[in-house]
Amino acid sequence: MIRPRLIVIGNGMAGIRTVEELLKLKPDLYDITVFGDEPYPNYNRIMLSPVLAKEQTIPDIILNDDAWYAEHNIALYKGVRVERIDRVKREVITQSGQAHPYDRVLIATGSRAFIPPLPGADLPGVVGFRSIADVDAMLAVCRVGGHAVVIGGGLLGLEAAAGLVTHGMHVTVLHRNGNVMDRQLDSAAGRILEKTLEAKGIVIRLNAHTSALKGTERVEAVVLKDGAQLPADLVVMAAGIRPNMDVAKNSGIYCESGIVVDDTLQTYDPKVYAVGECVQHRKACYGLVAPLFEQAKVCANHLAHYGIAKYIGSMTSTKLKVTGVDVFSAGEIAAQPHHEEIVLADAARGVYKKVLLNNNVVEGAVMVGDTLDGAWYFQLMRDKTDVTALREHLLFGQAHVGDSGHGAKARVASLPDSAEICGCNGVCKGDVVKAITELKLFTLDEVRAHTKASASCGSCTGLVEDLLASTLGGDYSAAPSVKPICSCTDATHDAVRAGIYRHELKTIRAIFEQFAWQTADGCAKCRPALNYYLLCAWPDTYQDDPQSRFINERVHANIQKDGTYSVIPRIWGGVTSPHELRAIADVAERYAIPTVKITGGQRIDLLGVKKEALPDVWRDLSAAGFVSGHGYAKALRTVKTCVGKEWCRFGTQDSTALGIRLEQLTWGSWMPHKFKIAVSGCPRNCAEATVKDLGVVCVDSGYELSVGGNAGIKVRVTDFLCKVATEEEVIEYTTAFIQMYREEAHYLDRTAPWIERVGLPYIQRRLIEDSAGRKALAERFTFSQQFFQIDPWLERSEGKDAHEFALPLELV
Amino acid sequence: MTTTWFTVGLLTDIPRLSAKVVTVQGTAIAIFRTQTDDVFALEDRCPHKQGPLSQGIVHDKKVTCPLHGWVIDLHDGTALSPDEGCTPSYPIRISKGVIELGLARLDALARTI
Ligand code: SRM
Ligand SMILES: Cc1cc2nc3c(=O)[nH]c(=O)nc-3n(C[C@H](O)[C@H](O)[C@H](O)COP(=O)(O)OP(=O)(O)OC[C@H]3O[C@@H](n4cnc5c(N)ncnc54)[C@H](O)[C@@H]3O)c2cc1C
Ligand code: SF4
Ligand code: FES
Repeated sequence: MIRPRLIVIGNGMAGIRTVEELLKLKPDLYDITVFGDEPYPNYNRIMLSPVLAKEQTIPDIILNDDAWYAEHNIALYKGVRVERIDRVKREVITQSGQAHPYDRVLIATGSRAFIPPLPGADLPGVVGFRSIADVDAMLAVCRVGGHAVVIGGGLLGLEAAAGLVTHGMHVTVLHRNGNVMDRQLDSAAGRILEKTLEAKGIVIRLNAHTSALKGTERVEAVVLKDGAQLPADLVVMAAGIRPNMDVAKNSGIYCESGIVVDDTLQTYDPKVYAVGECVQHRKACYGLVAPLFEQAKVCANHLAHYGIAKYIGSMTSTKLKVTGVDVFSAGEIAAQPHHEEIVLADAARGVYKKVLLNNNVVEGAVMVGDTLDGAWYFQLMRDKTDVTALREHLLFGQAHVGDSGHGAKARVASLPDSAEICGCNGVCKGDVVKAITELKLFTLDEVRAHTKASASCGSCTGLVEDLLASTLGGDYSAAPSVKPICSCTDATHDAVRAGIYRHELKTIRAIFEQFAWQTADGCAKCRPALNYYLLCAWPDTYQDDPQSRFINERVHANIQKDGTYSVIPRIWGGVTSPHELRAIADVAERYAIPTVKITGGQRIDLLGVKKEALPDVWRDLSAAGFVSGHGYAKALRTVKTCVGKEWCRFGTQDSTALGIRLEQLTWGSWMPHKFKIAVSGCPRNCAEATVKDLGVVCVDSGYELSVGGNAGIKVRVTDFLCKVATEEEVIEYTTAFIQMYREEAHYLDRTAPWIERVGLPYIQRRLIEDSAGRKALAERFTFSQQFFQIDPWLERSEGKDAHEFALPLELV
Repeated sequence: MTTTWFTVGLLTDIPRLSAKVVTVQGTAIAIFRTQTDDVFALEDRCPHKQGPLSQGIVHDKKVTCPLHGWVIDLHDGTALSPDEGCTPSYPIRISKGVIELGLARLDALARTI
């Protein structure tokens, strides 16, 4: 079979990432040929800094070796430079004049170091910092006591300087502006960084303008405008980069400051695509890999003829990869009049943090010395979270806003290799670091897949992300701003939810079609989410799809490690009776249930029930008046109560009765994740209401409502929502809050992460300030409840889904 | 060794994207039906920690184990990368909507059925 030919020009990070994404989508679509003018297979350019600093070697940083190209039938031309594209004949022409016919071309030529046009700039010993060849040239000159001058005090210049200093060179950085890294840091942060680097032995000269390089055979000295002359065995030019546009220009493809592409990464010639540092997209050129990888994904989608993905630009953040020097910067760095600055400066400790807010939304962050929370600020920035409620603690970091579980572990870089990172799967720091470096992992998902770290309960996700950042150095672990639901699609949760309404999608298959799902039946991650979204959108008409539910929800019981099930009857508000207890005891004896346990949620768990026995167990429990406790479900779990004013000498209201009332109103409703409520009779809070998704604390004058608590993986205390005077108001606010959560949170978001994403003020605006909106939410909840408050146990003991419990097939 | 075919039931006994179990000499064998009506048979034991694969979510020609989410290829029972492991698979054929399971070790089995 003759396949269309795809030619990739440039064997660098963006080009090959695009090929990898394409192979994932359509492995056999094209005959692929790659031209690269470097004599190496694809390598991790970012890691040239650690190579220069002797922390890594060239073999360590090869991303795809020759065998990989062979395995995927990719013809690789190493050390071959492309001259131009003959777009009429559809041929790519190499420098030696060879012609290679194509059907599609991908230009990924990257950029090169900008060498300022100074006298002497062409002398041997003057190098850029871009490629393995450049690093080799530097290492060839390195010797203890030698002199190196780095021109340019940006990210690359400082990384070069730090690398050279480790070889015992005398290193001077010449920077033309008032502080180093002035594109990422303000002057205060720059000052602290300068001090830290000077302590490493690097000399920094600010406002320094070079006038010439001197030397006869090789470079010998650098002359400054003020007449000063610095000895130099080596000069590293790190004064900026310029996109490589020669191939595009020679081929008549439209360029401005980069090769101009649209949102599909197509150039002005529809047969020619371009990605990476060589392109200009919506007026912006990028010089970091995270955005280039996003481009690669979109470009691959179009090359594979899916034609649905769109690249709309990226927000970027920067980290400096110098061991022992922590610098992070994202978004805006200088305060505009509309900005509010929050600053923490501790010069003695070398710590500086600044966050810029616009209307309580983070628009920029600059950090030196302590960058642990960089990823968090970046996240807040991307999600446009309203941080009013976090303001006071913002600079103290995420650990101060409730991430109690792992506070002590937080300094991940300083942990020993034997430190356990993932408690569920017993994965240590050393295992994770080894996997990242040896298997060349880039993303959290890849680390999860290969090490299982953070693949179970997820509480160590932050630690793993920090490890990725500290191991890779670059910021390319940063998740793209738009996270698809799963690898079956590029569509996000929000896009799908909006699409369901806009296009009136009524089935999972209709969603697959509308959003061009890339797998035949989705997967165990997306199908349950879609099933939920449809059910929430069309409560009265949607036909639930049992095959898209996890087994627990399919059989309304919890699967155990031996394949048996556990059954938890609902015990309203934790109040039971001799009659109920007797019924439970009878069931336990009748079906020889091995374990009967009081749960952490004020109920009784029957563990070890065989699947075939479930309908009978439910029938008997139903007959005694029990309904399902949904101990398995993304739905209301328990309403914990305390005894309250009926008995307790401190009780202010009837917390028990209120709890029971709330439970009877809200049980049965499907939600993005499980939901827990508690009602305490006074501020002593014996029902632990302040770690529930919704907590009610009764006081003499009414009820204090708070939301977003969690006592699980990551303990988070609730945020105070409001105080109300009557039980009716408690019910209105509670049902409105639940409905808002049902309609807006992503599947598998509990209320705590959801609120952290959208910000408490948003919730307050919707529920407190907008009383008509609140009432409408509460009404929608009540409407949908009429379809969901049906006891699944009763239905099934009466024969629904009988095939699930039918005796197994038999050999005949 | 020759394969002997045993009738296990009708295709329509198994809803699409789900599985049913038959037990042969104490070994539970899960029979899966895909969206496109392909049928596969695997031992009902995940290579990870023996999870009942028949209770998992079926998608395409794969099943996700209900216990810890390994994904198993229905064709031959191998775990998808990066997980490693394999669960035994059995041949299946369908004639006129009747599912037949192919078993070797005919003599031993024939005597027990
Ligand atoms: C039975 C019980 C433990 C016990 O013996 O007491 C329990 C058992 C399980 N919990 Fe729990 N949790 C139980 C109370 C709790 C509590 C305490 C509470 O509700 O007051 C918490 C902390 C409070 C909270 O949720 O914020 C709790 C936090 C979790 C978490 C972490 C949730 C989180 O958002 O961080 C999980 C994991 C999950 O849901 O993804 C979990 C998951 C589980 C699962 C479902 C794990 C699983 O998928 O198999 C366990 C099911 C066992 C079974 O088959 O019954 N369980 N679990 C408790 C049942 C209460 C009930 O009556 O329904
Ligand atoms: C020292 C260093 C440290 C860095 N640190 C970071 C970091 O910490 N974080 C981060 O996000 N980014 C960092 N970067 C930037 C990152 O490496 C680049 O953004 C990324 O490599 C760009 O990918 P690309 O594919 O566009 O270009 P490249 O990776 O440069 O690939 C382009 C390839 O095309 C080849 N080529 C060019 N023209 C032709 C032609 N005509 N014919 C054939 N081949 C051609 C080039 O030789 C090159 O091999 C760093 C860069 C350097 C140099
Ligand atoms: S019951 Fe909860 S805490 Fe106990 S092992 Fe299971 S998930 Fe973990
Ligand atoms: S037993 Fe199947 S994934 Fe663990």
